[in-house]
Amino acid sequence: MAKLKGTGISSVNYPTGMNLGGDPTQALIHMTTTGTFVISLASCDLGQGLKTVLAQIGAETLGVPFENVLIDTGDTDTGPHCMGTFASRTTHRAGNAIIMAAQEARKTMLEIAADELEARPEDMETDGQGFVRVKGSPDRKIHLVNLALAGHFKYGKTVAGRGIFFKPNLGIDPETGKMDPDSTEAHACVMAEVEVDTETGEVKVLKLQSVYEIGRQVNPKLVEGQIKGGSVMGLGHALYESTEPYYPSPEHRPGGFFEYILPLAPDVPEMEIRVLEYPSADGPYGVKGFGEMTANAPIPAIVNAINNALGTEISTHPVTPEIVLQALDAKQSKS
Amino acid sequence: MSDQALNTVGKSELRRDGLSHVTGKTQYVDDIQFPDMLYLKMVRSPLHHARILGIDFSEAEKVPGFVRAFTYKDVPKNLYTILCLIGVGPDEEPVLAEKEVLYKGEQIAAVVAQSEEAAIEAAARVKVDLEELPAVFDVEEALKPGAPILKPWGTNYFVYEGHHCRRVRYGNIEQGFAQADYIVEGCYEPKPIEHAPLETTGCIAKPEANGRITVYTNTQALYFSMDNTALILNVPFNKLHFVGGTVGGGFGGKVDVIVEPIAALAAMHTGHPVKYLYTREEEFHVSSTRVAYRIYFKDGVSKDGHIVARQVTSYADSGAYNRHTPYAVTKHAANISGPYDIPNVHIDAHCVYTNRVPTSAMRGFGVTSASFATELQIDKIARKLGMDPFEIRLINAYRNGDMRPYQKVVGDATLVEVIQAAAGMAHHPLSERFQAMNSWDRANSPARPEPVSAEKRS
Amino acid sequence: MASKIVTFTLNGRETEVMVKPLTTLAKALREKLGFTATKCGCYEGNCGSCTVIVNGEPVLSCILPVEEVEGQNVLTLEGITPAEGLHPLQQAFHENFAIQCGFCSPGMLMVSKALLDKNPHPTQAEVAEAISGNLCRCTGYDPIIAAVLQVAAGSNGNQGGSHE
Repeated sequence: MAKLKGTGISSVNYPTGMNLGGDPTQALIHMTTTGTFVISLASCDLGQGLKTVLAQIGAETLGVPFENVLIDTGDTDTGPHCMGTFASRTTHRAGNAIIMAAQEARKTMLEIAADELEARPEDMETDGQGFVRVKGSPDRKIHLVNLALAGHFKYGKTVAGRGIFFKPNLGIDPETGKMDPDSTEAHACVMAEVEVDTETGEVKVLKLQSVYEIGRQVNPKLVEGQIKGGSVMGLGHALYESTEPYYPSPEHRPGGFFEYILPLAPDVPEMEIRVLEYPSADGPYGVKGFGEMTANAPIPAIVNAINNALGTEISTHPVTPEIVLQALDAKQSKS
Repeated sequence: MSDQALNTVGKSELRRDGLSHVTGKTQYVDDIQFPDMLYLKMVRSPLHHARILGIDFSEAEKVPGFVRAFTYKDVPKNLYTILCLIGVGPDEEPVLAEKEVLYKGEQIAAVVAQSEEAAIEAAARVKVDLEELPAVFDVEEALKPGAPILKPWGTNYFVYEGHHCRRVRYGNIEQGFAQADYIVEGCYEPKPIEHAPLETTGCIAKPEANGRITVYTNTQALYFSMDNTALILNVPFNKLHFVGGTVGGGFGGKVDVIVEPIAALAAMHTGHPVKYLYTREEEFHVSSTRVAYRIYFKDGVSKDGHIVARQVTSYADSGAYNRHTPYAVTKHAANISGPYDIPNVHIDAHCVYTNRVPTSAMRGFGVTSASFATELQIDKIARKLGMDPFEIRLINAYRNGDMRPYQKVVGDATLVEVIQAAAGMAHHPLSERFQAMNSWDRANSPARPEPVSAEKRS
Repeated sequence: MASKIVTFTLNGRETEVMVKPLTTLAKALREKLGFTATKCGCYEGNCGSCTVIVNGEPVLSCILPVEEVEGQNVLTLEGITPAEGLHPLQQAFHENFAIQCGFCSPGMLMVSKALLDKNPHPTQAEVAEAISGNLCRCTGYDPIIAAVLQVAAGSNGNQGGSHE
């Protein structure tokens, strides 16, 4: 009996969004007289940080500081329709809607600035620091608060914009499966290194090395958070987790965390991450959706590493100690 | 646009909700209290498949604090299917079971009481008279003649526009196999998985003075949940007001619409706020899981490692009802060829009903199973041919300009680049031929773009 | 069964709560006293989200009858949050993105504080072990461990806290 090491890889794609009735999401933006832009949505933040990245996308297009953009979401009385947070779609869909809305609001913002600065709208630019100024004359500038007050009290103009993402639903050909079910594709290659105890059947994941290509990172720390969190969730799927351990028998369902094993802090392997960025033509600033796939890629990489360590043909997950020992027995009886 | 021109995109701005999270001030559904709130607990089927002969609430009604019970007769449009909003049908899942239960844990009756303890006690005292029926748990057994039929349309599979499965047909599968030097077969079986967010699924429905119902919910999709709830309750959409957007973990587990319709119904009938929050045990025993699959592969492979034909027959276990699984199977069928260029493809992906807890959406929806199977299969092929696992993937990797089996041109391929970068990270040597590959190296590929350099930014 | 009054020190303040027998500390804090920073992910002592500190020890408040803390010193996340700014652990969790959905964060912060109060300079393995009773489904734990180690590296042994 021994502890055997193995390595395995997986290379995967993940499609952004779905073909759900146009997969629409709207965004509305308006500027209040405080100089703040409010982005109204009905999208849900599940923890991935969409309130943060959508404020970044809005601020970028408007040309104003991140701090001058509020995300107002989670209320169907005030937020326009969003299909929902799933299918790695929300940064892509809501992001595109926000860019569209922000471009409209920005146009009016620059017109008001031009009137105040006695210049032409096409000569206006934002400095990203809270001012609109005349190109080439950095001293001729107006602060967002003064601009907002002038727009409202002097010119009677709303600084606002409307945006929607919509992808026409072309249906599916029932004979051939011809369809257009997604927008863009993110990619990953994950390598796992494992150690398997052939006496107990226990597997320890020693290392996960991940390369992701996700179009563009809006917020690199949030990207890293998805990759690390997904890696550990994938580790749990690969080794521990099932609601029906003796599937297809429906018995022995776990009823709580005392029976359903999740990865714990001491199970976390060494993780190395690299992110490549080839901006997608249809994503906001080139974004591709990737939140879900971070839990997909580690599973086959880990199971391939186990098969590499043992010379087995395990083809299910989770790879529990019982599965490992059965596979070793099968291998022995074959040889 | 150049990177230098970007102001905030690309910067690791701190989380907008970070301060409220670290101080515990973020409000989740379970943190909301109303002084006159009632608690809803569910009477559930103890059997996998049974006929309902009768329900007796007389003992439950004697529990101090009992307010009222609800059965299917109280639900205006009791039969629904979540994806009806995008034209998927027919309606096939009851909000509360009518004459039959199809899975262990299925909702039969709701009990509402003045305290959580009273609701638990009253629900436990409801007597349900059941006649057990034969059940089926295996996806292939469910499709055999003689299996108990679970659906009124007479089969145990979802019907895709007249077909018993989602089909993908590309190239000529027989010619592909004829060209192959090897046939490599495999069977892959990912098991069902629980989402296990730290916050369980739940909502509070509160009647307002103006006759509307406010629903505080941790759904992942506010309008989706609201619209389904309005259809089930047969009320105008604008009678409902859904509030949420802050979710204590979702992973696809909070896109079914289970708690909101019955809580809103109870709120309308009692005039009180009603809370329906899954216990952890309910989250494990009756909330949807990730779909379990059985996936059969038959690949034709040439001596140089190209996969020239792929035939897949896949069985997804939808459990007793649709939820989101019919669409997951479509996504699965589209992606079961993996990120590889395979000229001849024949996919039959079945969405099968069994007497199991319904399965539904989970992180990776339809693709997790596809990635698992394709990546184990390609390693199996590499072992058979004695090839390097990096190299066989690079040989087969799709490129920009290629056609996917579902007849969409590949436009954003970067698989070659992530494999090459991974080989570099692992210090795995690649010969010059493999280093020279790129995702734009086909005759019909578009021009190769410049990547953004994340390293350049702060 | 008759309700009774339990008296204890909560975040440095004498506190009375009237409860039915066997009411848990978590329910008393959240539902009777309105201290909802303490979260409950399972109500059965298996996820760690409800961790509070009683007399310096991390305890699972969702399975502890509140009678057990009669006369004791109870510290919740509300109690370590200063009037201005953040506790060093809160700051480090925020800056290290050691939070995603936020639901496990209160328990993670309290168990980490209990660790650093006893062992101001833990190893990575000691941090992982200390938080191994607390589940997080989002972050993969790695950023949480990094945040705790960052505080330990910058600490002189005194973790502060406004109501010790």
